[in-house]
Amino acid sequence: MLAPDTTLLLALAVPLAGAALIALAGRAPDLREAITGVTTLALLGSVLTLLPVVSGGARPAVTLLTLLPGLQVAFKLEPLGMLFALIASGLWVVNSLYSVGYMRGNNEAHQTRFYACFALSLAATMGIAFAGNLFTLYIFYELLTLVTYPLVIHHGTGPARRGGNVYLGLLMGTSIVFLLPALVFIWHVAGTTDFTVGGILAGKLGHAELAGLLALCMFGIGKAALMPFHRWLPAAMVAPTPVSALLHAVAVVKAGVFSVVKVIVYIFGVDNLAASGIGGAADWLVVVAGFTIVAASVVALYSDNLKRRLAYSTVSQLAYIVMTTALLVPLSLIGAVLHIAAHAVGKITLFFAAGAIYTAAHKTEVSELDGIGRRMPWTMGAFAIATLSMIGLPPAVGFVSKWYMLSGAMAAQHWLAVAVIVVSTLLNAGYFLPIVYRAFFVAPRDAPHDPAHGEAPLPMVLALGATSAATVLLFFLPDVPLALARQTIAP
Amino acid sequence: MTLAGTGMTLGGHFTYFITLFLMIAGLFIVIARGNLIKKLVGLSIFQTSVYLLYIAPGKLVGGTAPILSDAFTVYSNPLPHVLILTAIVVGVATLALGLALVVRIREAYGSIEEDEILSLDAAPSRAEQQE
Amino acid sequence: MNLAPHLPALQVVVPLLAAPLTVLLRRRSVAFAVALAASWVALAIAVALWLRVAEGGTISYAIGNWPAPWGIEYRVDALSAFVLVLVTGIAALVLPYSRASIEAEVPPQKHYLFYTMFALCLAGLLGITITGDAFNTFVFLEISSLSIYVLIALGRDRRALLAAYQYLIMGTIGATFIVIGIGLLYLMTGTLNLADMGRRLAAVQGTRPVLAALAFLTVGLSLKLALFPLHQWLPNAYAFAPSAVSAFIAATATKVAVYVLLRFYYSVFGESAVFARLPMQEAMLLLALAGIFVASTVAIFQTDLKRLFAYSSVGQIGYIILGLSFDSTSGLTATIVHLFNHGVTKGAIFLLLGGVALVTGGTSLARIQGLGKRMPLTSFGIVLCGLSLIGIPGTAGFVSKWYLIRAAFEKGQWWLAFLIVASSLLAAAYVWRFVEAAYFREPRKDLTEGAKVPRSMAIPSGLLVATVVYFGLDTSFTVGSAAQAAALLLGGLR
Repeated sequence: MLAPDTTLLLALAVPLAGAALIALAGRAPDLREAITGVTTLALLGSVLTLLPVVSGGARPAVTLLTLLPGLQVAFKLEPLGMLFALIASGLWVVNSLYSVGYMRGNNEAHQTRFYACFALSLAATMGIAFAGNLFTLYIFYELLTLVTYPLVIHHGTGPARRGGNVYLGLLMGTSIVFLLPALVFIWHVAGTTDFTVGGILAGKLGHAELAGLLALCMFGIGKAALMPFHRWLPAAMVAPTPVSALLHAVAVVKAGVFSVVKVIVYIFGVDNLAASGIGGAADWLVVVAGFTIVAASVVALYSDNLKRRLAYSTVSQLAYIVMTTALLVPLSLIGAVLHIAAHAVGKITLFFAAGAIYTAAHKTEVSELDGIGRRMPWTMGAFAIATLSMIGLPPAVGFVSKWYMLSGAMAAQHWLAVAVIVVSTLLNAGYFLPIVYRAFFVAPRDAPHDPAHGEAPLPMVLALGATSAATVLLFFLPDVPLALARQTIAP
Repeated sequence: MTLAGTGMTLGGHFTYFITLFLMIAGLFIVIARGNLIKKLVGLSIFQTSVYLLYIAPGKLVGGTAPILSDAFTVYSNPLPHVLILTAIVVGVATLALGLALVVRIREAYGSIEEDEILSLDAAPSRAEQQE
Repeated sequence: MNLAPHLPALQVVVPLLAAPLTVLLRRRSVAFAVALAASWVALAIAVALWLRVAEGGTISYAIGNWPAPWGIEYRVDALSAFVLVLVTGIAALVLPYSRASIEAEVPPQKHYLFYTMFALCLAGLLGITITGDAFNTFVFLEISSLSIYVLIALGRDRRALLAAYQYLIMGTIGATFIVIGIGLLYLMTGTLNLADMGRRLAAVQGTRPVLAALAFLTVGLSLKLALFPLHQWLPNAYAFAPSAVSAFIAATATKVAVYVLLRFYYSVFGESAVFARLPMQEAMLLLALAGIFVASTVAIFQTDLKRLFAYSSVGQIGYIILGLSFDSTSGLTATIVHLFNHGVTKGAIFLLLGGVALVTGGTSLARIQGLGKRMPLTSFGIVLCGLSLIGIPGTAGFVSKWYLIRAAFEKGQWWLAFLIVASSLLAAAYVWRFVEAAYFREPRKDLTEGAKVPRSMAIPSGLLVATVVYFGLDTSFTVGSAAQAAALLLGGLR
């Protein structure tokens, strides 16, 4: 048995080594896919061995190098990071299975680059999850943008490039213009950027400065897709569906909200923010995030393209996490952390289904989906279950997280937040249920040129079946994420 | 004759005025002339003004070279001369290199007028952009 | 004979002697060997001096045993030792590179003269850095400048001649301004020794000739270091010089001019005289910002990579001067660190571009299309250095930017911190021009297949790129030395 510290580094090294091996095995697709599979399992394995360690209260930590005094590249695993690592590595296993089906089913080009970059993105994601200070998080945050860029422009066409430019421009732009000065300022004020329980800024800044710094951080973390810096997410939908599924429903966007929660809890300090002035320095954030929730839902309502609708749904769901974090009460924080997990499994299922529809039926628009549930019952069944989770209905895990978020909003007596949650739930139902209704209850239109098709390739159906099962399973057994969320709030 | 408020006499500081005149004249030629040789002439005049700036204050009326003897009590400072000897060498080297460059430029372009050379260069660089 | 006490003199003498030797020996392989040996010995001496200064403090060496205020003093302190390491280190890497590079760009009968000029230039730059005598500074400045004009004129394109001529005119005006400044200071203090001059200036501080001297020196040095808007000579000079020369002067010449500026401001005039009584801070801040924004914007619209990165240099010099304008320890540290980091980064970029020019026959953006496939390692190296220009963590450029932003926060200048990071986006835009051409365009059909970058060029370029990354991760040498030098300069007279 390895020491936890070593396992931590191992979990970072595994995807890196995987990427190198994948690149070397480019000539032999079967070997390459086998390596991908082994890498995903090895990563999940090493993350899982860390779980009991963290649950037991230990915080494995490694310092790699010191750049300047108080500025290290260091890793420290705490419950929130553990949860994030667990979600990302676990869903990577399923996603790789799905990717094999998708990439082969659609005869995509540059598959070696695709798998290698995927492994690299996971390495960067692990770096974010394990980061012991804001500086380390920033480095891996930027790395994640860079290594996912080739995945976004995978098709190499004009629209893909344009989408890629928006993606890179917005994510790099916000992180350099807003987050970097915030980072230097935090270091300048506190002398460190370590993630510390209770925050490192307590009593060091006035109300206005605190609110300004918070704005820099929140808009600087462009991956959390807070309006008006959300446009990269729909733009990134030009990528192949497995990329949208894992990266733009799980790894990248969750890296964003993960960073938001991490910054608020471990840099600013919940109590510090709550205590600063009337209404707290985070009050405006609730409003901005609330606006994002409703506005993105409305856009989703009017989007006919399925992936675009899902993208805007993601924007709105991410804003839930930001808004409830900003409420700064324990219940809402637990809800936010839980929702990171809940949204991940739900949204990846939806993307998997969208990709399966594209692969089997070559359809991308919602209006084309009449009656497709009769031809692809498994896919659309899974889609329906994930939809429940998105809306927040039992028996899906989304219900649990929404419950906590709503109780949190009530506990904080923030009636605006309560109203936003209620209204957006109606909107969620408004843009998701029609898809399910069309798929199962509307007769397929007569289209003679429409070739007969059945389900997508087996690996894809297996993958989306697994994630939809997870949404239900987590509803009945939410112990692990709930425990980690509680530990984050009250260490 | 005294300059108002400075206590400087025009006559006593005439070297400064000559220096300034040469300095500005030289600089003006460098900027205003398009002929590459004339530019170098201007540059030389500009440099020459500095020689004067250094040497003139070292000279004392009635001063001699610093010879250790009871007969001489007033010395001129020899150091500026030494410095300017070096500066002259530098100036000559610069002028020589500049003229050599002008010769090469004439071989390559067939002209030593700055505007003609620039218009000769503009054409190929535009072709390169379209390439 | 024990040479150790004479290291300061040998630092200059070794390359200075190598120069005539290469002329006498004439055979280009022998000339190459002599110049190479000289540059490596110079690097060894510089490192030895740096180590000695780090241990025992400032070294003062009297040339010909004439004691300091009268004789010429060579003075090695924390700042000059740091700059010496930069200059000799770059030279030691560029020389082995230049052999194969000039093979393609310079007629063979001139090769030995190339090495002569290179050695002379190195001697001049080292002399400027090490000397403690004002007039000596001017002489070495002219030695290095004259040899740089010749080196630029060796470029393949006829426009190199014009670039060299223009640089000669501008450079000589700059040098003459400097010598006027030194002359005025000499008139007021009666000494040429920089330290002595600094001590004696206290008595005549604020008088008109001293102010005039400050103005002349500032303008002259700004010309030499290409501070916006006195940078016009730079883009053409960098673009048309032979690749090895572009790399060497981009990394060292302007940086040494910055060193002289620091030396005069802090060791001679004194910090308070320059910054407290005059609006120098505001002036420098304005010029630096204008330089950063204008030059970076111009860089975005260039069609040739060498010109693009030349304009980027003007912008980066803006950052160096920006650090100076803060007049604080962290600002000065940023200046000195960026002087080093940018030297290394730009040196690496121009070395890599030399390889590109060799293989594709040019560096215009149209010509390097699809370079990512054709020369994957070179392209990746340029991207890494580009990231350093932007200031992405993990590269040397990040460290400098970090200190700059910190200096802005220390002064409570929030808006300035934002301007600094916003300007990074401009850098990102011009680096993106390269990335787009290299990675997202199909390679041209007419490229000669099979041409490869020789190993003697690839290894120095690779080493320098590795240095860019290394100093982004381990800052003990760069920031350590810079902080020490900044403390020394701000401590006033020792």
